[in-house]
Amino acid sequence: MRTPSGSPTAARHVGVTADFLGMPSFPDAAREALGDTVQRRNLAHATGVIRGKRAKVVGELENWEELRLAAEAIKNRTLFQLDEHLVAFEAAATAAGVTVHWARDAEEANRIVVGLVRETGAEEVVKIKSMATQEIELNEALEAAGIDAWETDLAELIVQLGDDWPSHILVPAIHRNRSEVREIFLRRMGDVGRPAPEGLTDEPRQLAEAARLHLREKFLRAKVAVSGANFAVAETGSLVVVESEGNGRMCLTLPETLISVVGIEKIVPTWSDLEVMLQVLPRSSTGERENPYTSVWTGTTEGDGPQDLHVVLLDNGRTSVLADEVGRAALRCIRCSACLNVCPVYERAGGHAYGSVYPGPIGAVLTPQLRGTTSEVDKSLPFASSLCGACYDVCPVRIDIPSMLVHLRTRVVDEKRGGVPSAEQAAMKTASWVMGSHKRLANAERGAGVVGRALRRRGTTTLGSIPLPGLGAWTGARDAPVPPEESFRQWWERTDGGRSDDVDGTVDGTEGKR
Amino acid sequence: MTTAATPATTPVTGLRVALFATCFNDAMFPGTPKAVVRLLRRLGVQVEFPHEQTCCGQPFTNTGYAREAAPAVKVFARTFGGYDAIVAPSGSCVGSVRHQHADVARHVGDAGLEREVTALAPRVHELSEFLVDVLGVTDVGAYFPHRVTYHPTCHSLRMLRVADKPLQLLRAVRGIDLVDLPDADQCCGFGGTFAVKNADTSVAMGGDKARHVRSTGAEVLVAGDNSCLTHVGGLLTRGRSGVRTMHLAQILASTEEDPA
Repeated sequence: MRTPSGSPTAARHVGVTADFLGMPSFPDAAREALGDTVQRRNLAHATGVIRGKRAKVVGELENWEELRLAAEAIKNRTLFQLDEHLVAFEAAATAAGVTVHWARDAEEANRIVVGLVRETGAEEVVKIKSMATQEIELNEALEAAGIDAWETDLAELIVQLGDDWPSHILVPAIHRNRSEVREIFLRRMGDVGRPAPEGLTDEPRQLAEAARLHLREKFLRAKVAVSGANFAVAETGSLVVVESEGNGRMCLTLPETLISVVGIEKIVPTWSDLEVMLQVLPRSSTGERENPYTSVWTGTTEGDGPQDLHVVLLDNGRTSVLADEVGRAALRCIRCSACLNVCPVYERAGGHAYGSVYPGPIGAVLTPQLRGTTSEVDKSLPFASSLCGACYDVCPVRIDIPSMLVHLRTRVVDEKRGGVPSAEQAAMKTASWVMGSHKRLANAERGAGVVGRALRRRGTTTLGSIPLPGLGAWTGARDAPVPPEESFRQWWERTDGGRSDDVDGTVDGTEGKR
Repeated sequence: MTTAATPATTPVTGLRVALFATCFNDAMFPGTPKAVVRLLRRLGVQVEFPHEQTCCGQPFTNTGYAREAAPAVKVFARTFGGYDAIVAPSGSCVGSVRHQHADVARHVGDAGLEREVTALAPRVHELSEFLVDVLGVTDVGAYFPHRVTYHPTCHSLRMLRVADKPLQLLRAVRGIDLVDLPDADQCCGFGGTFAVKNADTSVAMGGDKARHVRSTGAEVLVAGDNSCLTHVGGLLTRGRSGVRTMHLAQILASTEEDPA
């Protein structure tokens, strides 16, 4: 939910935390978001552009499908022996001078990070964009401990200053237009640091320059940085950050202490696995052959960069996802956001409607697995899709999102069984019974035929409204067909498969129509 | 394989072919399976309609009711098990048979059913697949002198990978004025119960699809699935667009003597 300027948002808790507040169900949130013309415009344009760029750089490669299969295989190999790779990572990282911590959930991770920052005596940290830290709501935990957490990625800065929350994995402020960004900068930059220059226009170059100047003093001042990681190499204990703006570079090199929060599924076994991952990630995310800044670091280097390195390995529900034979494929995700950019539902409803830091197709399968399916929004997420499959086609690690959505829908339905049957359950049970026998189906069709005949006698050939519960949702915007007077099987029986009558038949009134 | 043969001389000997009308077509759009029958007979295929058939179970499976889909899956396997080829005028139903029936059987712990459906699935074909891959024809001798635009339904496009088979068939139709649909591969927004559970987003998606259809100036929107056509068609009629929808089978069945 986008907040009007200046007012605090109740839509703050969208991470995977114990105190997650229930968000509206997807259909309700989407209905509101569909009316947000700024976001609709931005999303249609941005996703259209990125789709084109991705298609171009992917089309250049003859071996794209091979790369996808390889990326899938690397991730599967990792997940099948995740425990071993994590232990190997810890050993290699420790040998290189890193302190490795293990956090079973968001609360533990936050406690560890806050503790580490407190030890340094610092009252502020600079942050590289990290979905994992948003997932655990680290900024809020730091704030509660009296520590400022400054986002340095431009879009995250916009979201933070706007007291907002991200709506896209890669471009979190896509729901804002440039005049909104200008207004946010003018209003809020001065509260937290160097104010925006007077006379700031909404020209993108000026806005970027204002952000650079505002952030520079923070980069130069910061003693502690917090990052995530795109990949963690078990063999060497290295971390990898893939970025576009250079703020990552600043945060990784200038401070004395660097704390990296890394989901346990980010491990890849060997250095050479990066060959595949670094080819598929930039092409899938920003639609570039290679992104501007790729940083890799392996422990401490004497006299160069942070000397106090920490990695917090984060579980927060990942192990239970791993236990699900179908759901575990979601852990292959490398957070490229290609699925968001091709999703026709995401393009129109936007990221906030998913009520999670992980929106779009991957969010619809990851969020209910990490957060569980108790809240209204989480129960609704597996249904927030038309199952078109465009996401599966572009996923660089070949996650079969449509099948996983059906799998999770089955989970939601099975969890609801027992107790008083809902209208939907009753309807499904009846329909299932009908479809279990052609005789019952034929009877049902006869009933529909009676209705059809009655309507057609009145001259009604399409329905503008159907006064049945639930079906008003159809006819609110769409006409509906009138049942034919005779079903196909009735026609077949009556005419012996069309042999004893003219093949079209004239009784059913569907001459020339479907 | 393109065969511009006189349809009557296209022989298909030895294959027992069954028509799976689909519950949706059987009940709501009988004109479509009728067109399939007419078309196949013209091509020399004596198609049978085993009356024990009901439904592929997809409405249940895709809504999370795998248990409720099992009776339909069972009926499907029993009805069609004895045929060499089963043809259905629906990409989504064939997609459900080939990609979901085994899962449903597994979900209800019926190993025997799982074996049955796994053996049967490769013999189930969507209409354009059957014509092009099994019969080896792209020119079915059709005549339809109208401006038409084609929408590739998601399941036929991405699940079945029919590629441009429907377009090959349509291009060979005499008299047709086939125009490309902009953003053709974007989902129309039907999505089964999605159309009702997420009606607003469904309508937003369908509205864009309808807009693209109208931009082509086409008189007819054609697709291989009546479910999608009901959704986009419902928007086109509500908008009084003057564009009508037809199933691929109906256009292919249309001839000069027997026009659709």
